[in-house]
Amino acid sequence: MSETAIRVEGMGKQYRIVDRRNPYDTLRERIMDFARSPIAALRGREPPKTFWALKNVSFEVNRGEVVGIIGRNGAGKSTLLKILSRISEPSEGQAEVQGRVGSLLEVGTGFHMELTGRENVFLNGAILGMKRAETARKFDEIVAFAQVEEFIDTPIKFYSTGMYMRLGFAVAAHLEPDILIVDEVLAVGDAEFQKKCLGKMGDVARGGRTVLFVSHQMNAVRALCSKALWLVRGQVADFSDTEAVIRRYLSDESDASAWSSDGPPGEGLDNPHFSPRRFALVDSGLAPLTGSAGADEKVGVLIEGDVATPHAALTVGFAVTAATGEVLFWSLATDQTRERWPVYRQGINRLVGWLPRRFLNEGDYIVELVASLHLTEWLSEPGRNAPRLRLVVRGGLGASPYWMHARPGLNAPLLEFESLPAGNSPELP
Amino acid sequence: MHGDTSAADPREIVEPRGPGGRITERVRIRATSGWRAVDWVEFWRYRELLWFLAARDIKLRYKQTVLGVAWAVIQPLSTMLVFSVFFGKLAKIPSEGIPYPLLTLVGLLPWQLFAYALTQSSNSLVSEQRLITKVYFPRLIVPVASVLAGVVDLLIGLVLTLGMITLYAAKGWFRIELTAAFFMIPLFMLFALATAFTVGLWLATLNVQYRDIRHAIPFLTQFWMFVTPVAYPSSLVPAKYRALYALNPMTGVVDGFRWALLHTASPGWGPLGVSLVVVAAMLVGGLYNFRRVERTFADLV
Repeated sequence: MSETAIRVEGMGKQYRIVDRRNPYDTLRERIMDFARSPIAALRGREPPKTFWALKNVSFEVNRGEVVGIIGRNGAGKSTLLKILSRISEPSEGQAEVQGRVGSLLEVGTGFHMELTGRENVFLNGAILGMKRAETARKFDEIVAFAQVEEFIDTPIKFYSTGMYMRLGFAVAAHLEPDILIVDEVLAVGDAEFQKKCLGKMGDVARGGRTVLFVSHQMNAVRALCSKALWLVRGQVADFSDTEAVIRRYLSDESDASAWSSDGPPGEGLDNPHFSPRRFALVDSGLAPLTGSAGADEKVGVLIEGDVATPHAALTVGFAVTAATGEVLFWSLATDQTRERWPVYRQGINRLVGWLPRRFLNEGDYIVELVASLHLTEWLSEPGRNAPRLRLVVRGGLGASPYWMHARPGLNAPLLEFESLPAGNSPELP
Repeated sequence: MHGDTSAADPREIVEPRGPGGRITERVRIRATSGWRAVDWVEFWRYRELLWFLAARDIKLRYKQTVLGVAWAVIQPLSTMLVFSVFFGKLAKIPSEGIPYPLLTLVGLLPWQLFAYALTQSSNSLVSEQRLITKVYFPRLIVPVASVLAGVVDLLIGLVLTLGMITLYAAKGWFRIELTAAFFMIPLFMLFALATAFTVGLWLATLNVQYRDIRHAIPFLTQFWMFVTPVAYPSSLVPAKYRALYALNPMTGVVDGFRWALLHTASPGWGPLGVSLVVVAAMLVGGLYNFRRVERTFADLV
């Protein structure tokens, strides 16, 4: 018996491009078309526009391997998982899957708000393919993992989001499939929940099961996966050792120092409150930055967005991540005192955030646009749909002759050092 | 669109899981096209899901409303009252020597099962779209599960009807005895369900593709009710049209219920047989059509 758990060969998936405002056909339209010009209607309407969400994807996963799938939004990650979970059919190519597949594409699929936790556990178990007896056997464990013991006979509409998520994940986590397919479930829920889920998935992985795991969180991928598959526009860009793939992914995906969009930006970035139009690195004179910047240069992050309906809770800023994946910081225009907050008017709004001199180390950084309606809605979320730029810092690390090249660490800030009076100074605080 | 023209089932289980949980299950996933039969073996393996979905519908049906189970009684009872006043008293529709309220109540039992099952199954795929786009299971489970909750309503309605018959007898208004024909009721019930499911299956499939179908369903059921002897006895239909009229499967079902409970004339067995064959043929066609369109559900809904 072969050790291969999943073998994908030349797989492709073609989708019709649908009009967002009017995604479904109606029979009325068809009849009207026919009434207007019967011959044209019979000959068929013009073929719909299509695009390939996946194209010529081939790879193999051995039993017991934990593979992270990474890539930008729309790269085909979810489509791939849907096909391997047998939810959607490929348009070409094939896959062979050995073993029982459990897929968790959403937490709490089929949960019904009016039903109690207990009822939902059994229903959800059945939906995920568990036998009733199996669910019953693991019931106590599931409830304990979800920490909802006291509320298990309460309708879940009274649950907090956290409880709901924990219960949903708990059922799926006790599925014990041979192959576990997980899509970005960690993106939701609080830090503690995420930690718990990661821990559980680690257990699953160590138990010798095969896991396919989609995530935008490189740290999670790094912690769990031995290999990573990187998809770019529906094709496999790289499939090898996690660390190497992540490195390439983080640097290759953002080699531009400017991002712009003439029309609606797509990628889920279109929205009435702040549709990004331009996101670019500039020098102190607001001229576009080309090439690398010295650590002693002031670098600006220019943000330009189209506002149709101003929203009071709009926050805009940017996130800086090292090319190796560690997050340095997030900074928002609303971090300042209230009087200095930008006022967004209808139309194009521009602001610039300044990175101080002598702050970053020599190295490669990724700058991502952050925009959200505070606590309500992401407009541009780093790691998910945010436009990203690459900032290369070279040289300019010091006026001092002692240490002018890259230092250990992600930052190389210029700090103030002060000489103190000589001798023992017990009076110093 | 589909590159592979092979008609093989993509979900074929090459080998079933062996004893001791050893991994021997192997699934080949690829593009398919053309017609294929329902995989009943797989359907059977998912029978618990069928049951859970049906049980959920039953629970929700009685949980979400203030009146709960009382709905199953109030619905036929109130319709019976309205019909009795307007059709029985005012329009003076003849009722073959049987008190009009009893005649119409017995007609309403299978009718409400039918209307419920037809509406639910037609909308089932669209209303379960989250499930369909997030988990794999035999899609046929969805429409099948959606009709089952109606049976509980029917059983409650049946108890109500027996209570009414007893009340009429106790008051000395009308006396009728139950005979062996009573035990034919499950068969008529099954036929009503099968008819509703068959039509619902076709409509559900269309509904995924054309979202205006669901607006047509209330008209369809309303129209269908008037060509079914719910508010009147089928003897009211002129003799020359009766053969045609009897081809409506629900005519046979309602006449069958009345025959089994109220000893009216037995349903026309000939036309009933014909409609049975028609429904069976449409059901088989509907299942093949469902399987043909099924592969695109997750992409469409």
